[in-house]
Amino acid sequence: MTALPAPAKKKLGLVIDLDTCVGCHACAVACKEWNDGGAFGPLADDDPYGAEPDGVWFNRVHSYEITGLGTRDLGLAQSAMHGTENHSDAFEAISSQQVGDTNSPRVPGPESRVPQMVHFPRSCLHCETPDCVTVCPTGASYKRAEDGIVLVDEDKCIGCQLCAWACPYGAREISLPRRGVAQSDVGRRDSKRGTMQKCTLCVDRIYNETLDQADRQPACVMACPTRARHFGDLGDPDSAVSKLVAERGGYALMPEFGYGPVNRYLPPRPRRELAPVTGPAAPAEETLEPAGLSPVLRWLDRVLSR
Amino acid sequence: MKPALSVIFLTVLGGAGYGLWCFLGAALALGMYPYGRGSVLVPLGFGFVLVTAGLIASTLHLGRPERAWRALTQWDSSWLSREGLAALTTYLPVLLVAGLARGHNLFPPTRAAGAVLTACSLVTLVCTARIYTSLKPIRAWRDPHVLPLYLLFALLSGGLWLWTYLAFDTGSHPPWFPLVLALLGVAAAGMKIDYWRAIDRAPAVTAGEATGLDRFGRVRAFEGPATEESYLTREMAFVLARKHSRRLRVLAIVLFCAVPLAVIAIAWPLSWQWIAPVAALSCLAGLFVERWLFFAEARHAVAAFFPQRRPA
Repeated sequence: MTALPAPAKKKLGLVIDLDTCVGCHACAVACKEWNDGGAFGPLADDDPYGAEPDGVWFNRVHSYEITGLGTRDLGLAQSAMHGTENHSDAFEAISSQQVGDTNSPRVPGPESRVPQMVHFPRSCLHCETPDCVTVCPTGASYKRAEDGIVLVDEDKCIGCQLCAWACPYGAREISLPRRGVAQSDVGRRDSKRGTMQKCTLCVDRIYNETLDQADRQPACVMACPTRARHFGDLGDPDSAVSKLVAERGGYALMPEFGYGPVNRYLPPRPRRELAPVTGPAAPAEETLEPAGLSPVLRWLDRVLSR
Repeated sequence: MKPALSVIFLTVLGGAGYGLWCFLGAALALGMYPYGRGSVLVPLGFGFVLVTAGLIASTLHLGRPERAWRALTQWDSSWLSREGLAALTTYLPVLLVAGLARGHNLFPPTRAAGAVLTACSLVTLVCTARIYTSLKPIRAWRDPHVLPLYLLFALLSGGLWLWTYLAFDTGSHPPWFPLVLALLGVAAAGMKIDYWRAIDRAPAVTAGEATGLDRFGRVRAFEGPATEESYLTREMAFVLARKHSRRLRVLAIVLFCAVPLAVIAIAWPLSWQWIAPVAALSCLAGLFVERWLFFAEARHAVAAFFPQRRPA
């Protein structure tokens, strides 16, 4: 049924560390691979080896440029406490100061003028009260009462796409065959054509008793080379993920929609202030203290210095 | 949002059909339709064609049309499910009216069936509009103008078809009927202009808001997740249409309001009933443009995650 279950204690979800994510797309590839071959597979693709490959991905990695990210000298806490407006005000102040004082190469204040890259994996947040479930006219889209995972029953889905329209996070993609593109494997993949697809939180891994205990985690979490992804019960305040969120100030995406997203994002840490970008700097004068050298090297230094 | 042709057909044709049934049912209920059996069956049947064509078109939007019946099960939470049930239920009073209509149409069951027809048609129209207004990530569809506008457009286009029929068949409809339609047209145009002003003022979701990174600095979407288009960018980051939106807005107003008004203004004093179809057809064409813009101009929140593309 598309009515939401009563709020459960258990809220399985992901915690994604935007500080350590390097944007390698390993999570996206591992996700695609597992879900193409696992119990929920196959995932439909059009033109997979052609000029315009097109298909369903449950997890996609975006990259953003942030200007004014706090620097290490003054700490993130202060800069994170400022609202958006304060930030832009501070930025404007810095900019106008820059215009007036061209001799000062270094920007004062808590924010760096040097843009930073933040890589941002985006997938289903397994919201507590998502509209993608309630708008579904067939009952195909549902939220599990026992652990909060949001799933699609592919045997019931009619492919009306209303759930994808209701999701502000872009978590749902449908596998409609594109016209004009050769479908090399349409026969094998017909069973799921025309139905909505989404992240299952690897429900076929995390409860899979044929896997080692250590492997019972979502494929994206297992694949991440920088351990930027963490899986656990965000409904339990004593779980490792909940502690991590509390410690690092993890935040929810677009809470204003009222869907109660479960996944959390850990903010990027303040960066080291980089050297001012004012053209190539002259190499610093290096000095050698001969007194600290061994007798042989001291002799060599004396000979070569003549 | 990418304009979905099948849904545009549903809302424009179906809207006109339900609007036509609203007027016909109300006229029967109020005892103001003493034109006999045939004069009920023809507009009733034309409404049937419009509504059924719209419903069939809407199934083309589905990835699995053969499972469409499943959409009738979740009426407790889904407006789409409610719309489907209301749409099918409305066929019952249509059959009743078709069976009961005769003579002066003053037989109480006929009038009751007419009232039920109007009520069911209005309920279906409200359900359809609520599908759109309930989608939180699309600000332009959350606008409070959307629901009343959809009702106005349905009544306007359906009413013009009923007027067209009466102008040819009996020619003896109440003289104020075209005036009511003219007022509906002016009201719809005024409200639509208000709606356009409102959505032009509403700010779009930014990349900083979408990612929550705006609390740390100024955010610019640098790279999308793939070099090729995907379902999300095709469906929800549709930008092409906004380029021509000014001209299309004017075209829509001219077709659904100005032309019908001019036709009514000419036909009424001169008794040129034969130009009535021009008004009904023009209104329908205008609503196609209006509905296309309704999709094309609406920004989905998920578009904010992607790098802004310049309109082609």
